[in-house]
Amino acid sequence: MSVSHPMPAASPIAATPFRPTGPLMGVLPLAIGIVVAVLLHVILPGFVGPYYSRIVIDIGIAIILAVSLNIVNGMTGQFSIGHAGFMTVGGYTAGLITYYGSYFIWGTLGKHGVFLGTGEWLFAASCIVGGLVAAGAGYIVGLPSLRLRGDYLAIVTLGFGEILRVVLQQTGKVLDDGAAIRAAGWSQWLPPPVGGAIGFDGIPKYTNLFWVYTFVTITVVVAYRLKHSSLGRAMISVREDEIAAQAMGVNIARQKVLAFVMAAFFAGVAGGLFAHERGVIISPKDAGFQRSFDYVIMTVLGGRGSISGVTLAAIILTALPELLRDFEQYRLIVFALLLIVMMIVRPQGLFGIHEIWHFWRRRSR
Amino acid sequence: MLSINDLSVSYGSIQALRGISLHVEAGEIVTLIGGNGAGKSTTLRTVSGLLSPRSGQIQFEGQAIQGQPPHLIAQRGLVHVPEGRGIFANLTVEENLQLGAYFRHDKAGIRTDRERALTLFPRVRERLQQQAGTLSGGEQQMLAIARALLSRPKLLMLDEPSLGLAPQIVQTIFQVIREINQEGTTILLVEQNASMALQVAHRAYVLEVGCIQMEGDAKALAASDDVRKAYLGAH
Ligand SMILES: Nc1ncnc2c1ncn2[C@@H]1O[C@H](COP(=O)(O)OP(=O)(O)OP(=O)(O)O)[C@@H](O)[C@H]1O
Ligand SMILES: [Mg+2]
Repeated sequence: MSVSHPMPAASPIAATPFRPTGPLMGVLPLAIGIVVAVLLHVILPGFVGPYYSRIVIDIGIAIILAVSLNIVNGMTGQFSIGHAGFMTVGGYTAGLITYYGSYFIWGTLGKHGVFLGTGEWLFAASCIVGGLVAAGAGYIVGLPSLRLRGDYLAIVTLGFGEILRVVLQQTGKVLDDGAAIRAAGWSQWLPPPVGGAIGFDGIPKYTNLFWVYTFVTITVVVAYRLKHSSLGRAMISVREDEIAAQAMGVNIARQKVLAFVMAAFFAGVAGGLFAHERGVIISPKDAGFQRSFDYVIMTVLGGRGSISGVTLAAIILTALPELLRDFEQYRLIVFALLLIVMMIVRPQGLFGIHEIWHFWRRRSR
Repeated sequence: MLSINDLSVSYGSIQALRGISLHVEAGEIVTLIGGNGAGKSTTLRTVSGLLSPRSGQIQFEGQAIQGQPPHLIAQRGLVHVPEGRGIFANLTVEENLQLGAYFRHDKAGIRTDRERALTLFPRVRERLQQQAGTLSGGEQQMLAIARALLSRPKLLMLDEPSLGLAPQIVQTIFQVIREINQEGTTILLVEQNASMALQVAHRAYVLEVGCIQMEGDAKALAASDDVRKAYLGAH
């Protein structure tokens, strides 16, 4: 008897899309992303001018933040509203390195080297160090997630951002005299002089389309690979059912903390990009609730665990306010309304846990 | 294989288990029956490490396991299919199965066990790409057991696999439980459906309000007047 296995009629969505396998498939998306980053860098500013180029940079930074937050809020099912805190930790750390580093290495501030020159490599390294320091913060903030859930965890992460904001306000004036910086003793570096409430002014403005979209590529590829790896499935199992996850041998404590650490790393990198962006002075208020809230909305809107959905939400929610005049005044109201409507109409987000192309396949069947 | 000695468990001030002792030997199907709130699920949750006992010992293969974290207990081969099945609703059936083998690295062994589980449950095989939350209750129970088999359990603990299922599906599931056991997996089965449980089990314990009331050979218990009156609906 020949038994056929028909596609179940009730099956909503075939959730096994193409899965990258083999070493080539691991490197290919990265390579493509970096080529796109170079093209953007070379071509885009000439076409659209500096104003729109800056919006595209903002979009890239938002994508990194939203996609990384999605590892905690979407995949692992924890609820963090302190993501901007990790971003700020990374931003200040990276800024410290390039600002004071420039004085130590070259004796002067300002950009050093051309595209892909020494200055840019110092900058790229500073973003990664910023990410690592933020990851350390993520570990500490992630620990309460082992005992707390839901609202209580949200309050801890919120508290982290707010405490950071207040602490940063207490820091001293930025040193701007090469000789004095070289002569400064230990006591002047602790706490680091990063400008207090006014913000960390004077950070060299290295951020450009190339670096932003290179890091966007890395973030998205890592998130996508994670989602389809055994580690990522373990994170999702924590979101779905903690008891069953443990029965499968999943160490849920480890998964939760790991999610926080990974998300915080990428947020820290994004912070480095943000701190070095032209027209930006990173300041304590960047650690606060408002900015974290923006990224939460992007993940909620995009869907719990849908990387493409969250990316799309990050693009729209970053571009829209820039393109609509006077939007800034109504920002919080509109975003809050959007969130409420979403919760009522489509609580799983626009795309749920599915990627956008799954919907294409469904329609074309 | 598993021995529980004088185990007491409380939820705050509510004492759910009052010093129960039981043992399961390798190769057996042992069932734990009793009414609502008797403490059956509490027993399984404590054995699998989800709850910490107030006092008492739990030994698995000669080693004390009380107080160990649940994921390590699962990795020892003591696998719990919780009440309500614990399906990962937003993942596909296939991904659910993959999570069953989460802590294993022997690819060949996983493939064998997957094949075996899917042979036991052809309906699961037909639905590998379906989202697990859209399965029927019976299919979800089949998936839960199939997934647990991918952990290659030495002792499989099933909490009310018949809950809310049509009699025909219950028959299928109990048939499979028997087959799994004949292939060498020891089973601790918690059930409210005492008649089915006593048919398939070798030995049985009757739990009431946190105490073991009766124990013994399953056929003998099924024939005893007390059990017939209380659990088998005889008059
Ligand atoms: N999380 C909890 N908090 C407080 N009390 C609980 C909790 N879980 C169970 N109990 C209580 O412990 C007792 C035993 O519950 P348990 O779930 O073990 O019963 P059961 O035998 O599995 O019942 P059922 O057949 O209805 O599933 C009950 O009185 C129940 O109310
Ligand atoms: Mg129960």
